[in-house]
Amino acid sequence: MAIISRGFSHRASAEDKKLPPGQYVTTDFPVLSAGPTPHLSLDKWEFTINEGDNLLRRWDWKSFLELPAQTFTVDLHCVTRWSKFGTTWEGVSVDTLLADIKTDASHALVHSYGGYTTNLPLPDLRKMQAWIAFRFEHEELAPEHGGPARLLVPHLYLWKSAKWVHGITLMQQDTPGFWERLGYHNYGDPWREQRYWSD
Amino acid sequence: MSSHIYDYLDGNAAGGELSKIFAADVTVAEGQCAHCGSTKRFAEAHLYMQCPGVVARCAVCEQILLRLVTVRDRALLDLSGMTYLSFDTSQFEQ
Amino acid sequence: MWHVGEVIALHDETATARTITLEVAGWPAHVAGQHVDVRLTAPDGYSAVRSYSIASGPSSERRVELTVERLDNGEVSPYLTQELAVGDRLELRGPIGGWFVWRTHQTEPVQLVAGGSGIVPLMSMIRSRKAAGSAAPFRLLYSVRERAAVFYRDELRALTENEDLSLTYAYTRLAPAGWPRPPGRIDPTLIANATWPSNLGPTCYVCGPTSFVEVAASLLIASGHSPERIRTERFGPTGDRK
Repeated sequence: MAIISRGFSHRASAEDKKLPPGQYVTTDFPVLSAGPTPHLSLDKWEFTINEGDNLLRRWDWKSFLELPAQTFTVDLHCVTRWSKFGTTWEGVSVDTLLADIKTDASHALVHSYGGYTTNLPLPDLRKMQAWIAFRFEHEELAPEHGGPARLLVPHLYLWKSAKWVHGITLMQQDTPGFWERLGYHNYGDPWREQRYWSD
Repeated sequence: MSSHIYDYLDGNAAGGELSKIFAADVTVAEGQCAHCGSTKRFAEAHLYMQCPGVVARCAVCEQILLRLVTVRDRALLDLSGMTYLSFDTSQFEQ
Repeated sequence: MWHVGEVIALHDETATARTITLEVAGWPAHVAGQHVDVRLTAPDGYSAVRSYSIASGPSSERRVELTVERLDNGEVSPYLTQELAVGDRLELRGPIGGWFVWRTHQTEPVQLVAGGSGIVPLMSMIRSRKAAGSAAPFRLLYSVRERAAVFYRDELRALTENEDLSLTYAYTRLAPAGWPRPPGRIDPTLIANATWPSNLGPTCYVCGPTSFVEVAASLLIASGHSPERIRTERFGPTGDRK
């Protein structure tokens, strides 16, 4: 039974926007990572879309930046309970990347440089719900926040927004990723507080 | 592609979290990395705690040794990155 | 596992660091070098846990001293260094850690290397040695930004005057007027001049921010110390153990 520490409270912002259950507002941008920050040279960076053994699409940094991109502002919700409102990003919509790909895949496994993985239903990556983001608050995305590019899927907990994204594998069946294999919810909707397996 | 930024702690920092499950002090245990075969004290592992869990990586090859997630009343432990952990049991003498 | 300590004294070590003395009911004896996890809980249930090295030597009076450096954007350290008052209670888990420890039965020479707030667990070792009347030869290399950032300055001076400790400061940002060495990070020359030579077989304890520990440990190995004789404890990049 924890004792209450007199005079202690978390840093909170004065904003009164709607928070998902169990979250606290922060004005920081905490850096959470399960491993070393990869340092990628842009001339070696690539983003791929695979299905099985087939490489369907590949972009290098130059061709990736030639794709149409959007600037958008979203709220972020981390399973470690912090939420950050009104973050501005620039990125390429995953719809753009999946355009003209014919697939009956139901799921996706996203993989990052450094080995991290996370899984999502493919429909959650479509319809303006997901981007490969490369600018944050009008500046180049810093390595500790996932730069040069990360996946951003703001309607799910932030562990689904894989940093240092390398590619997406289209799958016929769902395959749990790094945290999903060890207690974290397979889907991760912050509004239904889907943090853990038992939720 | 590994980092030169020193953004990790070491196995000592996980002692408190690990004491929730282990009666033994894991930080003094010797472990073998399942990826590269290096053997080191767990205290020397590179520890990442700023994430939805504790992740310990081999100081030599940076592959994952151990992951620990605490979710409400459960602790989930993934030890698949270690071939073994070796403990001195004389500390358990009754 | 969680103990409750009552704050019985507060002492500012520097403009940004404070030593907190706690009386902890039921405290098992700790060994020099160990740490505690401190848990703060807000009225709405929000909690934060941080690790802090124990600064005090083992004592029979259930006393635990922590020296906490305030980080500007920290969540816990501003509370501990500015808000916490005598009479308040703190939850502690520990003592934790059996590797980065010095035990009073050790007789070999000891080389301590501190980077900034890394001095805290090493001070526990120095105090433990003194309280036990140990004759183990101790040397301390203390890398610190400037004189105003030094923890335990008076106590360290007294120890060196009694020849209980051989101490070399390495100022990295600002050295006192007339200091023989210009400000700078530790380097092979300093290691060669200010630490026990490896052929004496010392046990080395290196503590501080991760980047400092990596550099210091590499320098010790390069000067001939076996990696097995070097024990390390890494604090976060800014020196905070989170």
